[in-house]
Amino acid sequence: MNILVLMKMVPDIVEELEVGPDGKSLDPEFQRPIVSERDEHALEQALLLKERCGGTVTALALDTQDADDVLFTALAKGCDRAVKVAGIDGPLATTEVASLLAKVIPAVPGLAPSDLILTGCWAIDDLDGMVGPLLAERLGMPYLGIVTGVGAKAGEGRVTVAKEYSGGVRGEFGVTLPAVLGIQASEKPPRYVPVAKVRATMKSGKIDSVPAAAPDEASQISILQMKKPEAAGRAEMLEGGPEEVAAKVLDLLSARGLV
Amino acid sequence: MAHATTAPSETPAQVTLENLFETPRGRDLLTCIQCGLCAGTCPYGEVIEWAPRRIISMLREGQIEEVFASDSLLACVTCYACMAKCSRGLRLTEVLLPLVKEQIFVRLPEVPAELQKALSNTLRYGNPQGESARKRAAWAASAGVPIRVLPQDPRPVDVLWFVECYTSFHPRGQDNCRATAKVLHALGVDFAILGHEEKCAGECARLAGETGLFETLTDQNMKVLGKYQFNRLVTSGAHAYDAFLHGYQAAGLKVPVEHTTPFFAARLDALKPLLTKKLGYTVTYHDACVLGRHNGFFEEPRRLLGAIPGVKLVEMTHNRVNSICCGGGGGGMWLDTFYKAKGYERLADRRVKEAVATGADVLAVSCPYEVSRFEDSLKVLGFDKKMVVRDVVELLAEALGS
Repeated sequence: MNILVLMKMVPDIVEELEVGPDGKSLDPEFQRPIVSERDEHALEQALLLKERCGGTVTALALDTQDADDVLFTALAKGCDRAVKVAGIDGPLATTEVASLLAKVIPAVPGLAPSDLILTGCWAIDDLDGMVGPLLAERLGMPYLGIVTGVGAKAGEGRVTVAKEYSGGVRGEFGVTLPAVLGIQASEKPPRYVPVAKVRATMKSGKIDSVPAAAPDEASQISILQMKKPEAAGRAEMLEGGPEEVAAKVLDLLSARGLV
Repeated sequence: MAHATTAPSETPAQVTLENLFETPRGRDLLTCIQCGLCAGTCPYGEVIEWAPRRIISMLREGQIEEVFASDSLLACVTCYACMAKCSRGLRLTEVLLPLVKEQIFVRLPEVPAELQKALSNTLRYGNPQGESARKRAAWAASAGVPIRVLPQDPRPVDVLWFVECYTSFHPRGQDNCRATAKVLHALGVDFAILGHEEKCAGECARLAGETGLFETLTDQNMKVLGKYQFNRLVTSGAHAYDAFLHGYQAAGLKVPVEHTTPFFAARLDALKPLLTKKLGYTVTYHDACVLGRHNGFFEEPRRLLGAIPGVKLVEMTHNRVNSICCGGGGGGMWLDTFYKAKGYERLADRRVKEAVATGADVLAVSCPYEVSRFEDSLKVLGFDKKMVVRDVVELLAEALGS
């Protein structure tokens, strides 16, 4: 089974995020991109499938800051091939990414046809999780999202997909290949790869660079404004003994006409 | 006694399992007489399948792969007990165990989740907690004394204070930081910190077997250290001290390295007149493995405690070279869940039971890992009303009075 994993970089929310001077985007100075956590799960799921059924795993990312690190790490974890799409001009909206990928994937030798295209079912900057479904639609493939497990037997031409619902209900679906799956969680937590192995891969491995295609569809959604949440109120700590605090509480409530 | 002038140990780059018996320290291992003291003295001796004695035996027999296949050495908390007791004086924890643990680490089918998170965080953020590097010196705002941050003020400085992770980010570690700053200031020491440019020294990564991460951190820290002029490096991290002494010096670090506790002990003549406030505590001191057993600083912390007015020092049954590890070394800091799942006793629990038995009301420490480990154990065992954990430097700062 040949699997293509789509990985993307998102803002790292461990770092303090600041709104840029245009008031509608994040200030790049305070940003350090990190790979989307769901995409790491997609990669892990692909590697688990490869271990069980054989085949190949290719990781693909748009050539943005630090994408090389992510792709080399993917190779060190056991991916067979890493591809980056170069020449990306500025941040792309979800529909633009899907449109670009739908043109790039069939054009790159060896990428199509893949049996499975796995990606995160959503990302912190794409809560709607639309890249997967939009791409599937353009490639004429079925899509299943919020996936928590994939079962496959080599050569069957189909996979079974597990999804979890509220109340502990679990659903199992059969889907014919090729298909696009949006992974919420891999069956096992993403694996650790020793740093020495990543460093060795950076020396010996390679990332194929392929040119980007111009998106043929512009996003119909635009960001109007981005701002930090405003502190709506504040807490006041009342000091003193129980009697004192009780008296202060009474004063506060009376002052607000609540008693 | 080992000091900053000690010759650095051979690094893994020089000694490998393949050439082990061709290097002087490796050849020494062949002189193992299989006495078994290492297994007997190991705090996890009852659960570690491969005590150093058995590893050496398997190496001699060419069956070392069998050792690598077991994860039982994840319970090696690199406490230096086996090395301190070895009847042949073999460098077990320094040379043999890191090489073996490195091979085990790369073969682990699954790195325990908590350890994995700590290592990934250390690679990405430079600290195991996964905090933003930008916040590394945030504690300095509440230090109460001026703290020079080198990236903002790169003038040459006498003491470069390498703060380390638990001290920078853990709320109780920050108490240690503020105390250290206060004592340095009171002594009139010209000091500065690296702020957001400092990254974890990486000792635990190396001794957990993640050597590549240690090398990456060494490269990054050496690059930063190379930007500034300073006469000595003083660190709050006991494990960082060990890393600088036994890894960074081999990587080219030229200045003397000191840990805060011996650093202050060496300046006790100047410090003692400043310790004016009577504390009224009965204190028992826990010897940190890396400071005590590995580097011989047994008396320095005790001299400091003895100089504080109103401190009565009592000893635990296991003290100095016999001290029981808190369980935090060699990656143990992030393996509590793994040990618990295996049913191992938490070493910190074993230690605080002994501390409480002394009747002391303060458990004094000098390694930043121990504060949270012992405080957790005191709470779990229901002793948190009886005893508090304080860094020796925190007690010094409290005794400064002002």
